Amino acid sequence: MQVNEQTGFVPTIVAFCCNWCSYAGADLSGTNRLQYPANVKIIRVPCSCRVNPMFILRAFGRGADGVILCGCHPGDCHYTTGNYYTRRRMTLLCSMLDYLGIERKRTRVEWVSAAEGAKFAKTMRSFAEEIAALGPNRRLEDLRVRKSEPEGRVPDAE
Amino acid sequence: MRKIGVFVCHCGTNIAATVDVKAVAETLGREPSVVVSEDYPYMCSESGQNLIKDSIRDYGLDGIVICSCSPRMHENTFRKAAASAGLNPYMVEIANIREQCSWIHKDKAEATEKAILLGKAAIAKVLLNTPLIAGESGVVKRALVIGGGIAGIQTALDIAEAGFPVDIVEQKPTIGGKMAQLDKTFPTLDCSACILTPKMVDCAQNENIKIYSYSEIESVSGFVGNFTVKIRRKARYVDETKCTGCGLCTEKCPVKKVPNEFNLGLDNRRAVYIPFAQAVPKIAAIDADYCNMLKNGKCGLCSKVCTVGAIDYKQEDTFVEERYGAIVAATGYEIADVSRYGEYAYNQSKDVVTSLELERLMNAAGPTGGTLLRPSDGKHPHTIVFVQCVGSRCTPDKGKPYCSKICCMYTAKHAMLIREKYPDTEVYVFYIDVRTPGKNFDEFWRRAVEEFGVHYIKGAVGKISPRPDGTLDVQGSDLLMDEQLHISADLVVLAAAIEPSKTARSLATMLTASMDTNDFFTEAHPKLRPVESPTAGIFLSGVCQGPKDIPETVAQASACAAKVIGLLSKDKLKGNPCVAHSDEMMCNGCSNCANVCPYGAITYSDKEFRMPDRTTKTRRVAWVNPAVCQGCGACTVACPSGAMDLLGFSNSQIMAEVDALCR
Amino acid sequence: MNDLKDRVVRMSGSRVERCMRCGKCSATCPSYEDMEYHPHEFVYLVERGDVEKLLASESIYKCLTCFACVERCPRGVEPAKVVEAVRLIAVREQGKNRLKPDDLPALTDADLPGQALATALRKYAK
Repeated sequence: MQVNEQTGFVPTIVAFCCNWCSYAGADLSGTNRLQYPANVKIIRVPCSCRVNPMFILRAFGRGADGVILCGCHPGDCHYTTGNYYTRRRMTLLCSMLDYLGIERKRTRVEWVSAAEGAKFAKTMRSFAEEIAALGPNRRLEDLRVRKSEPEGRVPDAE
Repeated sequence: MRKIGVFVCHCGTNIAATVDVKAVAETLGREPSVVVSEDYPYMCSESGQNLIKDSIRDYGLDGIVICSCSPRMHENTFRKAAASAGLNPYMVEIANIREQCSWIHKDKAEATEKAILLGKAAIAKVLLNTPLIAGESGVVKRALVIGGGIAGIQTALDIAEAGFPVDIVEQKPTIGGKMAQLDKTFPTLDCSACILTPKMVDCAQNENIKIYSYSEIESVSGFVGNFTVKIRRKARYVDETKCTGCGLCTEKCPVKKVPNEFNLGLDNRRAVYIPFAQAVPKIAAIDADYCNMLKNGKCGLCSKVCTVGAIDYKQEDTFVEERYGAIVAATGYEIADVSRYGEYAYNQSKDVVTSLELERLMNAAGPTGGTLLRPSDGKHPHTIVFVQCVGSRCTPDKGKPYCSKICCMYTAKHAMLIREKYPDTEVYVFYIDVRTPGKNFDEFWRRAVEEFGVHYIKGAVGKISPRPDGTLDVQGSDLLMDEQLHISADLVVLAAAIEPSKTARSLATMLTASMDTNDFFTEAHPKLRPVESPTAGIFLSGVCQGPKDIPETVAQASACAAKVIGLLSKDKLKGNPCVAHSDEMMCNGCSNCANVCPYGAITYSDKEFRMPDRTTKTRRVAWVNPAVCQGCGACTVACPSGAMDLLGFSNSQIMAEVDALCR
Repeated sequence: MNDLKDRVVRMSGSRVERCMRCGKCSATCPSYEDMEYHPHEFVYLVERGDVEKLLASESIYKCLTCFACVERCPRGVEPAKVVEAVRLIAVREQGKNRLKPDDLPALTDADLPGQALATALRKYAK
């Protein structure tokens, strides 16, 4: 678990991984027993282009401190062009978050192939370190839903 | 409230060593809507699966969550188990607590906490899962082979042999391709025509095979199992149903100076021609660029001599539309342009030829009747220099970055044949590497050196200068002797790089098949799916996928046919049910989704809707073809109105996972 | 040793590791016979890091800088630029010119093209 030594802050990190490359890369880092912090929780999506920027904002709204989106390397997308869309959409989202005054480092896009287990683990370690150093996400957190929800609540369909 | 079952796997000690599986099962069992929560040493084992099946029946579960290894490993196993117990297989979710938890963490408390959280996220998702049924689509039991070279011929023959109708579309007036132009074939030196033409005749006679010669693909639509292809039948000004191939017209035609492409321009043909004696179909064609009758209406000689009245100057391009279940690309290759390399003097001297030109010069049916003569003065060459790797193995700006693969072997073949037939000829081969992997291949080129006395020189040719006396000064390096050589040659043969057909890229666009930077078709998997394109229903045969020799081409062609037969023998194709789906009530018909779809799966139609005031209104709405959609989800994000969603990975499901992980 | 290699690579901008040892540079070189080390050996020695041997050899002054090897190298290695870089290192280390304008008249003969003199001066009077 990545912890900020000074403040004791334990970040929550959501990683969206495409099924074909990055999720397989994450599996590979597991198979190779390459460690990365337990703060990172992975959500599987068919392709990085499935990740609506709304999902990322939702994660921040629900108290995530960092969100990382991983896809196949450009040119290697299982669906040929999906990650190109991702790249454009995330460029826009990041510049919008920048404009809103959200630390640029809280959101990251990485290309990890199914063979890059080591890169996946390394990326997650460095991202967790960065987020731990940045401290908790306060600006985007939706205080109305903050940790006081009853457990097991079924979220509204949008 | 849905009833959910949770099953936590120990995976022996793989999971149980770092995750407290009992605690996970217990904690997740306290989640609302979870009615049963169990742990078991091996969930994927027979008894583990029985535990799941029994629980589904006993508790009447609506959905199950398996906390185990990666879904990439056993998702299908558990889906099948669920289905056999009467639960829709898409009501299964996997929490990956092995690869992404127990294997990467050492602290047991930490790993257990994470496993619980991953389990909760999976529960949150499965609560929103909907039963999905894989769509089915029919299969048109007919295949299309694009290209009539040895690859296309072999694929078509094998498919036809299995009982399915096949159409071959060939842009030239005859099938046969490059192999028909070759003299002998390595490593056995049997005559190319002798082994190819029987196959061509088989094609013509097989009732399952239909040959569209002198035809091109105009457009392709549809999807695996159900393609619609428009074929342009170019006007050949000869009625195919009448022409008997007697060749009288080709003897009488007064236009005699048309470069003969079959002999690579080494001799001439008439304006009306049959490419070669064993052409299939053996039907004449009129070359509209040269025919006097078609150019200025003066001549008509061929029509006068034709005894069956087959000549038709008014013929126009016609179109055929046909439906196919599978399409095979077998577009083959061309010889790369060597005139760009000025140092080889290809444009300055007729005696600098490419290897394919040499094939024609040595072929009994070629321009010299099989006697090897210099193209410039018709004399017998006494010194012949072969240059390897011309345009292959270059940086992309200087040529092709790949090895053309076949040159080492055919050069050894040429050298050997020349030494055998004309022992007074000295043969030199400049090589960088001799690459002869393959059965009996290395033995073959060693034979050229050891038995036939061919001089192999490790080095390259730097400059070829034609001399006034008609010889060629070949300046090259001998790297082993550390010498610069000058050889006075009568004939120089360039082993030119091979490149994919110029038509391949436009065809790939029509087929939505992907290509690499060299314009070779990309295979679905370079090792495990080498004869399929990533686009379903499109298959690859021969050199259009990468350089290869005849034995490899034939092997791949048959492999390709096996895949096509496998597809055509199915009555229905089961699709992936996790496809995009548009809510017609929300769709505003903006086309954003169709623009980002890489498969062309989204179409629009005008539909009538009942309005609240009982009037009807026509709106343009999107429709996703579930047989074409591959489920990437690009459209779901592009949709501005939220009408588009992806089944199995819906917006609400992913949001639920996000919420569960963040809370 | 590798410092020298790095210098040559940096000065020439040449990618010696791309060489596939085809020998086309040496096949094409017009001053091949005058050289102890031939263009392909230049590339190979630099790749191996044996630049000292080249610095000590007269071969570096035999290159006409005609760029035929650069033009024809299928791998884009640019051997002439390697030679030029080695030559520059030699000239700079010697700290003196090998050729002065006054030496030229004695070296001229009727067969020598005028451009060769200009090239020689450019090369040796750095």
